[in-house]
Amino acid sequence: MNELEAESIHIIREVVAECAKPVMLFSIGKDSSVMLHLAKKAFAPAPLPFPLLHVDTGWKFQAMIAHRDRVVREMDLNLLVHHNAEGRASGVSPFTHGSRAYTDIMKTEALRQALSTHGFDAAFGGARRDEETSRAKERVCSFRDGHRWDPKNQRPELWRLYNTRVRPGESLRVFPLSNWTELDVWRYIHREQIPVVPLYFAAPRPVVDRDGLLIMVDDDRLPLTEHEQPRTEMVRFRTLGCYPLTGAIRSTATTVPEIIDEVLVTTTSERYGRAIDHDQAGSMERKKREGYF
Amino acid sequence: MSLLRFITCGSVDDGKSSLIGRLLYDSHTILADQLAAVRSDSARWGTTGAELDLALLVDGLQAEREQGITIDVAYRYFSTARRTFIVADTPGHAQYTRNMVTGASTADAAVILVDATRGMQVQTRRHAFIVSLIGIKHVVVAVNKMDLVDYRQDIFDRIRTECEQCLHRLGITDVRVVPISALKGDNVVTPSTAMPWYSGAPVLEILDTLDVSHDGALQDLRFPVQFVNRPHAGFRGYAGTIEAGHVRVGDAIMALPSRRMSHVKAIVTAHGEGQDAHAGDAVTITLDDEIDVSRGDVVVHCDRAPSMADRFDAHVIWMADAPLLVGKQYELKIGTRTVVATVEAIHARIDVNDLSTHPAEELALNEMAMCRLVLAEVVAFDTYDTCRAMGAFILIDRLHCGTVGAGMIRRPVTRVAAESSPDIVWHPTRVTRQQRANQKSQQPCVLWFTGLSASGKSTVANALEQALFLRGHHSYLLDADNVRHGLNRDLDFTDAGRVENIRRIGEVAKLFVDAGIIAITAFISPFRSDRRMVRDLVGDGAFVEIYMSTPLEVCETRDPKGLYVKARRGSVPHFTGVTSPYEAPEAPELTLDTSDTPLQECVDQIVHFLESTGRLKH
Repeated sequence: MNELEAESIHIIREVVAECAKPVMLFSIGKDSSVMLHLAKKAFAPAPLPFPLLHVDTGWKFQAMIAHRDRVVREMDLNLLVHHNAEGRASGVSPFTHGSRAYTDIMKTEALRQALSTHGFDAAFGGARRDEETSRAKERVCSFRDGHRWDPKNQRPELWRLYNTRVRPGESLRVFPLSNWTELDVWRYIHREQIPVVPLYFAAPRPVVDRDGLLIMVDDDRLPLTEHEQPRTEMVRFRTLGCYPLTGAIRSTATTVPEIIDEVLVTTTSERYGRAIDHDQAGSMERKKREGYF
Repeated sequence: MSLLRFITCGSVDDGKSSLIGRLLYDSHTILADQLAAVRSDSARWGTTGAELDLALLVDGLQAEREQGITIDVAYRYFSTARRTFIVADTPGHAQYTRNMVTGASTADAAVILVDATRGMQVQTRRHAFIVSLIGIKHVVVAVNKMDLVDYRQDIFDRIRTECEQCLHRLGITDVRVVPISALKGDNVVTPSTAMPWYSGAPVLEILDTLDVSHDGALQDLRFPVQFVNRPHAGFRGYAGTIEAGHVRVGDAIMALPSRRMSHVKAIVTAHGEGQDAHAGDAVTITLDDEIDVSRGDVVVHCDRAPSMADRFDAHVIWMADAPLLVGKQYELKIGTRTVVATVEAIHARIDVNDLSTHPAEELALNEMAMCRLVLAEVVAFDTYDTCRAMGAFILIDRLHCGTVGAGMIRRPVTRVAAESSPDIVWHPTRVTRQQRANQKSQQPCVLWFTGLSASGKSTVANALEQALFLRGHHSYLLDADNVRHGLNRDLDFTDAGRVENIRRIGEVAKLFVDAGIIAITAFISPFRSDRRMVRDLVGDGAFVEIYMSTPLEVCETRDPKGLYVKARRGSVPHFTGVTSPYEAPEAPELTLDTSDTPLQECVDQIVHFLESTGRLKH
């Protein structure tokens, strides 16, 4: 754990030292929270030398936004929030356009807009290689021509000698948590007492069963069919995204140690509840090529 | 729980991905939904018929699935009760050698796959060579597909002997050869019942118990500064990862390449302020005084410095489509330092398949060679074998910014380092020191004048040299004028600069002594330790220390260059006797005080001393 921690701090410092204008993507999830914690350690006693960026689709859980605002206030952070204004004006939602188009427009496109607008040349993300097979192949400092990822033409990445050189119009996605697993993340959250969104802990919540996923009724925008009757179940989330696309799991784990025990014996993978991973074959690779984190 | 990083490599179809899939499957790391996905993918892409194609777990890219081969490194994670593992599954095909090197660069151990039905291939030898080149010290050879050769011991034994010979020749001593079937699970996680003749451990057990704790052997502090953390005027911290050795609060340290010295004031680790830190820790260090340290500098203990040079010989692996060109400028990143570099010469291209060497003018993609690199600036480094982090570099194209090459420093190219390098042998000289001395009727020696500024060192030394010349002896005077402006013009007046100044003067004086000449030096040389260093260098019998004991008040009254006045005003830093100490010799061969001894008498005393000790004949 100390080795992973030191490696992540090394990566964050290296990119900040070499890049002109870095930014940290803050998705409000547990991985982002760990990454933020590591960044603070990397530069203590100085404040963070870069802003945070949250791409808000407008469909995040309310508890996530509340947590985001609390963290920013308590830690006195510089947070930029970006919406795809055009997409929002056209009323793009997971229900009207389907999960694939919605993610393309409100997440991937919005992220590209935000990075280009501010001229960021490096963006930290909390993705881990153990999450998904195409992520397992990505470099720590992942080069983007424009915003595109070309998996067959990645820069060789040797030792810990990260090549952060980019030309105008090119940028890097940097993954300091590349070598962490879900279990590492929870153990670290426990060890360092890092605050996370309460949705990770089991509680009675209103859910409907939809296409095999337990979808939480987070607000009154969720269209319900006449057969769907929200019922209260003891659930928690293993990953957090947009509430209509993120499935909960039945759980009684209300503390971090209980979550660790649960992860140790689980028989499904972490992103199982993420509808967007499964909307077509090679789904994540395609999204990443187009600029999704 | 310890962490072990290993790579798997082997030829196409040797079953690397299957082996990893088996390790994950049998160690219960694969989850139900992932398994379900593999089951449905097996039907679509699989190459194993009715059996589950576990390779599909690791071949994540669509192109890999379509072609049934591994193109890029895939990282997988699993753990046992004892260890967590990071597996880099690297491609076998020659076309993807650079991707294999990428995976190998961070690995502690390698698992090399050999197909039992085919034995060692050209590719296997190439993988073994790359593994040895990258400095991986532990190799497990998994002889796979034993089920297809009816689990026969004679076939395994033949392959084992061949592999062991190959790896031992490459200098890898920790080699274990295991007969396995990744498909059936024999000897991967659980011992095989099909091969009772094999008494060794399964692959996972070997990896689980491998001792890699002594692999990073360098004990000397190496702390490349990544980032100068200066949030406000009151705090200046140097952030970075300690690559070797350890550091404690209070340690005397030196920053390279400037050689500026200071002491460690505080160490901030990820767990708060501490007294010490060790290799692998990401820390922020503060120093006693604000010496100028920047990103790219290396902090070391003063007496344990690495090589400092602007050229070295290194193995270079080329990773770009456009060839490496001799004389073309690249950016070279070593540690946290990036400098402009050119390849001055390709000594020899190495054919990775049979290790034969060939002359070459350029290097193509996936080729490697021993090269001479020349840098625009002096950098601090160790050889790769001494310390990976201090001896590894990448080459970056200056136009398109891509990573085009990787290198491992094998030897520095400097005169100082050449002395300690086993690869460079002194040519014995035919004419001896004694013969030269006899020819000149003198025993060569160093007459080392030391004393305050204006104590009379240069005046006496000049007069002495004149006297020796008139008597037919051969001497040479080294003083500030002929040394500071030439040989040592790159040195400043800090303590570190002064130490190096004296060391170089000592070396030059020694060469004059070797040439049979009496070397006379006239430098303040205020520190006992420095003079001791030169005495040790030239040998006790050849070192004559002449202490000019003229009192400070007298020197200050003389003040021919007005330096004391300036020093008293504070405009000359580090001025000996005023703002910097002078350590008088404890047992000089001669002591002269020019405040009460006339010049000629000083010269006579020295000549008399040299005659009475047999250094001057006639």
